[in-house]
Amino acid sequence: MDTAVLVSVLPEILLTVAGLVLMMVAAYAGDAAARIVSWLSVASLALAGATLACPAVHAGGPIFDGLYSADAFSAFAKALIFAAAAACILVAPRFFDGEGGLRAEYPILILFACVGMSMMVSAIDFLTLYVGLELNSLAAYVLASFMRKDVRSAEAGLKYFVLGALASGILLYGMSLLYGFAGTTQFAGVAVALKDGLGAGELFGLVFILSGLAFKISAVPFHMWTPDVYEGAPTPVTAFFASAPKVAALGLTTRVAIVALGTAGHSWQQIIIFMALASILLGAVAAINQPNIKRLLAYSSINNIGFALIGLAPGTAEGVAAVLSYLAIYVVMTIGSFVCVLQMRDKDGKPVESIASLAGLSQTRPGLAAAFAIFMFSLAGIPPLFGFWAKFLVFDAAVAEGMTGLAAIGIASSVIGAFYYLRIVKTIYFDAPAEGFAEARSPIDYGIMTLCAAVIVLGYLLNPLLGSASAAAAASLF
Amino acid sequence: MIQVLAFYLFATIVVASGAMVIFARNPVHSVLWLILAFFNAAGLMVLLSAEFVAMLLVIVYVGAVAVLFLFVVMMLDIDFAQLRAGFVSYFPLGGAIAVVLLVELVLGVGAWKAGAINLGQRAARLPDATPNIEAIGQLLYTRYIFLFEAAGLILLVAMIGAIVLTHRARGGTRPQNIDRQNRRRPDEAVRNIDQPVGQGVEL
Repeated sequence: MDTAVLVSVLPEILLTVAGLVLMMVAAYAGDAAARIVSWLSVASLALAGATLACPAVHAGGPIFDGLYSADAFSAFAKALIFAAAAACILVAPRFFDGEGGLRAEYPILILFACVGMSMMVSAIDFLTLYVGLELNSLAAYVLASFMRKDVRSAEAGLKYFVLGALASGILLYGMSLLYGFAGTTQFAGVAVALKDGLGAGELFGLVFILSGLAFKISAVPFHMWTPDVYEGAPTPVTAFFASAPKVAALGLTTRVAIVALGTAGHSWQQIIIFMALASILLGAVAAINQPNIKRLLAYSSINNIGFALIGLAPGTAEGVAAVLSYLAIYVVMTIGSFVCVLQMRDKDGKPVESIASLAGLSQTRPGLAAAFAIFMFSLAGIPPLFGFWAKFLVFDAAVAEGMTGLAAIGIASSVIGAFYYLRIVKTIYFDAPAEGFAEARSPIDYGIMTLCAAVIVLGYLLNPLLGSASAAAAASLF
Repeated sequence: MIQVLAFYLFATIVVASGAMVIFARNPVHSVLWLILAFFNAAGLMVLLSAEFVAMLLVIVYVGAVAVLFLFVVMMLDIDFAQLRAGFVSYFPLGGAIAVVLLVELVLGVGAWKAGAINLGQRAARLPDATPNIEAIGQLLYTRYIFLFEAAGLILLVAMIGAIVLTHRARGGTRPQNIDRQNRRRPDEAVRNIDQPVGQGVEL
């Protein structure tokens, strides 16, 4: 094996070594070192992100005999994943201070989850896909029940674990069917085998694989775990679940759909279209009566995944580029909203999750209220904010392939979705002030919040960069 | 000739010890019969030149699973006579399951006689002469080394997770602190006293 191969997997190697070393630090220094471990984890994520600039990492092509691809697509997704993970590590200490202190394993588990996620987005073989997915999921199950004394957190972890194991089983079953009939686990080989039409076995395999992946991106009808897990998990962990693993799983789904199942496009298109429409509608309707902000954001993430899947439905390079741009903007909006949610603490410093407690926030905390309003408007897709551009791109890609009906239903239901986002804005700005939140001085949280809000407001300045990066990433799949 | 003899020897013992697993009165004996069945099944696998599966049977099933069974059976206070009491009432259901399995076996043999399903060729093929342990090793440590290492990471995460979720520092325990023991000097540990006659010792 030549060393060029190892350079191509530098992000994974860096994160793994960092995780192992920091694990030893945590084992000997205990939770007293949690903050140092956090900062070092963020530093290693930044370093791993920096290696993406290296040509071997973003244009290295397939390595390990076609198990792993270091291309522009994976580099784009990895950049998003590492940034989101770093943000979720940074906001954690202040949240856990009120819950008995941050434990050093939190950033370490996120590092290992990142290794799994970067394997997922680089996978060009079903085995890599599965191993990466399990590495990410296993870390996620532990993170969901990280506050083990909290009943809701433990319940979230258990629920996530049981349903996640079921989804993994479904995925594995589909993979074994496809392997049996195609004779290979490599995406390219599967594509060749599916070229002459789908048999019953292959069709079953395809449906099972897409179902397993739909669970991981929480698309309807495999979304039922999302609100409970998002509500129960500690808020920084929820922010993590809603951002990085979504990027990884949707990137993975895109690659499987385009590269492995691309020759059977007509067969999966209808599945993707159904999941997209069902997710958008359910995400929009079910969120209307939610009194809990974390549950509401869970439905919002289901809704957003539906819009992103609209970009995947045409199966074109423009569509994939639109999905990637959507994910980038979605991650910024989601991280921003969850950092806002993290500021919701009552006078005793206990976290509050009810939407009613936001009433009149504009008078007590104008800055926080403005940020909240920006993220909600953006999630609703109201121009001129950046969230509008994301939706525009996916609808544009769908219309370009003649899927006007799909785009029309999507646009109509985004109006339904706008209702509950606007209701939050109304609660913040026009309701009589409720009991105010505890004053908090946390420069890191405010920094991340301001950064996200700035990207959402001034995002169009980034358009040339985002456009060319996502187009290059999408082109590497075709 | 010797293969045929060996086959019948292993096969007979597998079937006989399988029957004994069910019929043994003592559950511990059942598990011991099960271990015997595993060993002889491993012998059958060796005859099929599937030595890797044979090793797995011995290492995983005998070494781990059966021993675990043994521990569970010995540690749990289960009254097996009482468990068997409902035999007659459960017989219809058990009989139905047995019939279904039998039909499946017949169908399976029939389908096998009708010709194999047209499956694809394996991508990762090695020359037939390579022993299969060597073949698996070669694939695992060359082609799939990346995934092999990642699988190790999964196990590590599982271990970290188990510790994070269950380990807690309990108060009231008196763990051994070797450092403190070594730092202890005679003057803190030993006391010379002039004990008066007729009085109790003060500790």
